Amino acid sequence: MSLFIDSDLCTACGACVEACPFGAVEIIDQVAQANEKCNFCGACVEACPVEAITIDKKEAKADDGYQGVWVFAEQRRGSLAGVSFELLGEGRRLADKLGVSLSAVLFGHRVREEAVRLFAYGADRVYLADDPSLEAFTDDQYGGLLTALIREHRPEIVLCGATSLGRSFFPKVANALNTGLTADCTGLDIRDSDRLLLQTRPAFGGNIMAAILCPNRRPQMATVRPKVMRPGPCREGRTGELVEVEPSRPGLVPKTRFIEFIEDLSEKVHLADADIIVAGGRGLGSAKGFDLLRELAELLGGALGASRGAVDAEWISYAHQVGQTGKTVSPKLYIACGISGAVQHLVGMQSADVIVAVNNDPGAPIFDVADYGLVGDLYEIIPAVINQLQR
Amino acid sequence: MDYFLTEDQLMIQDLARQIAEEKVLPVRAELDEKEEFPRDLMKHFAEADLFRLNIPEAYDGMGLGGFEQALAVEQVSRVCCGVACTYAASGLGAYPLVLFGSEDQKKKYLPQIAAGKLGAFALTESTAGSDAGGIQTRAVLEGDEYVLNGTKQWITNAGEAEIYSVIALTDPSRGPRGASFFIVEKGDPGFSFGKREKKMGIRCSATGELIFNNCRLPADRLISKEGLGFIIAMRTFDKSRPGVGAQAVGLAQGALEAAVEYARTRVQFGHPIISFQAIQHMLADMAASVEAARALVYAAARFIDSGAKEVSKVSAMAKVFPSDVAMKVTTDAVQIFGGSGYMRDYPVEKMMRDAKILQIYEGTNQIQRNVIGQELHKEFGRRSRKK
Amino acid sequence: MKIIVCIKQVPDTKNVRLDPATNTLKREGVESMVNPFDLYAVETALRLKDQFGGTVTALTMGPPQAESALREMVEYGVDETALLSDRAFAGADTWATSYTLAKGVKKLGGFDLIVCGKQAVDGDTAQVGPGLAEQLDIPYVCFVRRLIEVDPQARRMVVERLMDDGGDVVETPLPALITVVKEINEPRVPSLRGKMKAKKIAVPVYGLQDLAADPDRVGLAGSPTQVVRIFAPQPRGTRAKLDGRPEEQAERLIEALKKDKVLTIGAE
Repeated sequence: MSLFIDSDLCTACGACVEACPFGAVEIIDQVAQANEKCNFCGACVEACPVEAITIDKKEAKADDGYQGVWVFAEQRRGSLAGVSFELLGEGRRLADKLGVSLSAVLFGHRVREEAVRLFAYGADRVYLADDPSLEAFTDDQYGGLLTALIREHRPEIVLCGATSLGRSFFPKVANALNTGLTADCTGLDIRDSDRLLLQTRPAFGGNIMAAILCPNRRPQMATVRPKVMRPGPCREGRTGELVEVEPSRPGLVPKTRFIEFIEDLSEKVHLADADIIVAGGRGLGSAKGFDLLRELAELLGGALGASRGAVDAEWISYAHQVGQTGKTVSPKLYIACGISGAVQHLVGMQSADVIVAVNNDPGAPIFDVADYGLVGDLYEIIPAVINQLQR
Repeated sequence: MDYFLTEDQLMIQDLARQIAEEKVLPVRAELDEKEEFPRDLMKHFAEADLFRLNIPEAYDGMGLGGFEQALAVEQVSRVCCGVACTYAASGLGAYPLVLFGSEDQKKKYLPQIAAGKLGAFALTESTAGSDAGGIQTRAVLEGDEYVLNGTKQWITNAGEAEIYSVIALTDPSRGPRGASFFIVEKGDPGFSFGKREKKMGIRCSATGELIFNNCRLPADRLISKEGLGFIIAMRTFDKSRPGVGAQAVGLAQGALEAAVEYARTRVQFGHPIISFQAIQHMLADMAASVEAARALVYAAARFIDSGAKEVSKVSAMAKVFPSDVAMKVTTDAVQIFGGSGYMRDYPVEKMMRDAKILQIYEGTNQIQRNVIGQELHKEFGRRSRKK
Repeated sequence: MKIIVCIKQVPDTKNVRLDPATNTLKREGVESMVNPFDLYAVETALRLKDQFGGTVTALTMGPPQAESALREMVEYGVDETALLSDRAFAGADTWATSYTLAKGVKKLGGFDLIVCGKQAVDGDTAQVGPGLAEQLDIPYVCFVRRLIEVDPQARRMVVERLMDDGGDVVETPLPALITVVKEINEPRVPSLRGKMKAKKIAVPVYGLQDLAADPDRVGLAGSPTQVVRIFAPQPRGTRAKLDGRPEEQAERLIEALKKDKVLTIGAE
């Protein structure tokens, strides 16, 4: 690939310099030039008012013989995770656009009934490996088996939820298959011109969206952010082909061993699953603030979140931290109390459907992303909200 | 202002600042509120080698001087004076050993202090504040042991330190030549701690009583010779006073920065208050006096490190001036914050409460002025004799 | 124990601002820092060294300026460093990065454990750790929040992995790779002696030839994924201000949330 800037056309206006997210373009002697930081993203091409910039891309060589859309259906301790249905919904849409079949892959033990539900939500085929050895998740087992399956059946697209489980083992699979993997996608589509999977994900802390392709390797793999895609409709009675999968493979010798699960009993609803999150930051002033927020969260059936400031102050445990160095969440409703809205926090929650901010500082950056901003003392406002909800 | 620090000095300053901002800042308000001793922070300081600065290299130290120590103390004090006090007091406790300890004593205790075992310096008693000569704690030699009896008051790091430098009367009949210094360890028989004081400021610092009730010490715990107690104390203070000055400079700097930041964002009458001359003049005076205090502390510390003989006057100046500056600057900072400055949600009221002690301990500012006055008298006396 | 820690120098996102006119990042004056998760990885390695003895080596792939990140880790107590740097490595996606780092690890010789931070805060993929393990054909555990048992003699380790709903206790043989989350420990502070060592230490730099790496598998050329477009996210936030006394604010909020259909109680 190469980037060419026509010095005759270039007016040194600097639009390309400003458009480049990588700082790769400079004006030298009245002509724009790209340096080694150039990533061939094409932002400058779009920005140039005189069309002086062109990028020469290699022809995409799709691999023949790869067909079909696969989704990895995640289950934890016998039940399907919500993201599995979102993947099926999205997978169905992509498969229909490509005119190919949609398959789901399910590993576990005593999960046969769950396999049947996958048909109802859109899968044409389910690859089921039901075996005691797969009851608990280990990267080697799941990763090794999925890799083998993909090699055997050659799907063109494989999707998985960007959950802890998905983000843990999917990179192993992609690496073993020598193919690309895009993490934590918030958007997927099929490009009409070449039937490639266009993967959209936030970058640079969420300030930029990047559209990514995997043109030359197969399958095209992506993990998908939970709670962003919509689950497909459930059609009771819909059936499909159940393919029993041999749970072991020659050469697949698991090295890690699952010992036990330690449940997080402190919270009734976990951040990753929550539709509603009530979060607190330094503005709470003390750990006691979380008692108040917990009351609201329980009333709403939601989970408790926190900014890094509150976690560092040891007012609440790290498992609740939302943000760049914590968890990324995508609930329907995010209520931020006493959180200023630093970039690093916003990264973790700005894809929420509705954001409410309660803060006594009218200049707090959180108000820039909030749908509803309440300036005032959260210790007066939140009790008022609780009061009114209880009526 | 650039003070042309060496690379190593800049390194010390940067590291102290980094630790202060990353580790001390998030917890300073809580430590003050709860009057909680900063044990974890002292561990970090030890990890960072900050207790090694003025211990000689032969004993696991870095062999640097009071100036480097002052640089570190200043950075910590800018964030929390109480934590800085805890840190600096350990160095104070080490000085009698560094200056007068025997080879065996230095080999035994200094590496421990360098590694982070806290020290403490014990002089004050209920009958001996400014009048150091009023101490009554007795140390009596019985065979090959000294037996200590008495009570020390208001000792920083009491109960938390492991190693205490304690001055006691070995011969009351000899007046100024009747006191001696001893090394007392936590756990020595007959050595216990009394109540912990509740203070106006530097609340995270542990201030308490040391109780000696037939406390038996092996004779080799005597530092240097009997009768040198007050000399050792005076030499110790000469070295340590710039450190108090550094505490004051750091504290004042922190208050100044907070005040400027606030004045820039607080809008009244449609303008940020920093645009009003009244505020600007206050800030200007604050800034000039902080810089003057800093320049004096640095110059004094370097002078003392050079090995100069007559340092009492300069050392006293390096304590009295900055501490008065800190009191004024922190008070002005609260004023600039207005009503908010009075609220515990904002950091300046703590800074004002912390500042007061700097004018009182390690020799009250009145005593410092006595020292300076007497030194001036002596100096001019010498000059006139030369003519 | 011989431990390798992979670190990455990233832009300091604290200071990164979006230019409202062009919707791109203003990158002037943006400083670099060591990826926050990597400090926890380094601390994990240093604590194991404190316990079992051995050495800790910090490894990174980056432009020449990444050397400063390695030196910074020496301040904390890391013994040795290695910088993988070459024009050919530029533009690498996570796959090419994993490949290059694997070559670097092989260059460094044997190891008992590789520790990585969970993810880099500029890429946010969390893929390099597992990818590296796969390239080296060693077992790995991601998102480790606690080391339960480490037995270098018996060549095994038991750890707790942070999952969405709790923790999985997993046993792995050594050598292995782990990625860690912040919960695992509190990083120490740098020391003066560390800073002095960091000033003097020579950082070895390895390029394409030194690693005998395949030029088709590194950098942009070796990246299966490509960024083809950058655009601004949908501006969000209707920014409605709900004023009044707390009771009024609460009432108006609940009204609005019911209308938006995001409130699950009181909506009936």
